[in-house]
Amino acid sequence: MAVRVLYFAALRDALPLAEEAVALPAGVETMAALRAWLGARGEAWAPLVTWKTLRCARNQTLCAWDEPVQDGDEVAFFPPVTGG
Amino acid sequence: MWTVRVQVEDFDAGAEGERLQRVSPEVGAVVSFVGTVRGGEVRAMTLEHYPGMTEKSLEALVEEARRRWFLTAVTVIHRVGRLMPGERIVFVGVASRHRADAFAACEFLIDRLKTEAPFWKKEETEGVARWVEARESDEKRARRW
Repeated sequence: MAVRVLYFAALRDALPLAEEAVALPAGVETMAALRAWLGARGEAWAPLVTWKTLRCARNQTLCAWDEPVQDGDEVAFFPPVTGG
Repeated sequence: MWTVRVQVEDFDAGAEGERLQRVSPEVGAVVSFVGTVRGGEVRAMTLEHYPGMTEKSLEALVEEARRRWFLTAVTVIHRVGRLMPGERIVFVGVASRHRADAFAACEFLIDRLKTEAPFWKKEETEGVARWVEARESDEKRARRW
């Protein structure tokens, strides 16, 4: 399963990349599992795990952490939004 | 009638309100909100967004407002890029037959936009740039709806 992952704002500044294409190992099937797996790739990726208030979106819609991830998805992780 | 725009350029709040007022002879009320960059310590503010999701989330909010209130037209404009104190950031305008629906829908749209639409502000003060933190008071207002 392959997905495109985007990071925004302060989280993007804290990570090595703004976006990446990743192939997921078997067992990574939800947004929470994806976040944990991405964040376990070394110290540079730790903010994905240690930041407490991250939000996520799947295919450009805000979603819950138990949302299933599917092949070809565009997913995004970011801090709470501050527009308006 | 149902307009969502994300743009770098400024907008003319007066002209947008005027257009909403004239969109249909049924319109009896126009309520609009304009958000601006507060001055003081802040020297400039940069607004980042998530292209694609931004438009989609604003359109979804307009759809929800249309389901909940009797509306004739809605315009939401949000600027991105670097803005100076006093500059306009956002316009939310609602036209309806009666004021109650226009007031409620306008407040709903700006409250929910602030917690759901993927925009992030970075403030520049004297020599320092920092990302603005989300406020619990904004979450609280959005949850009322």
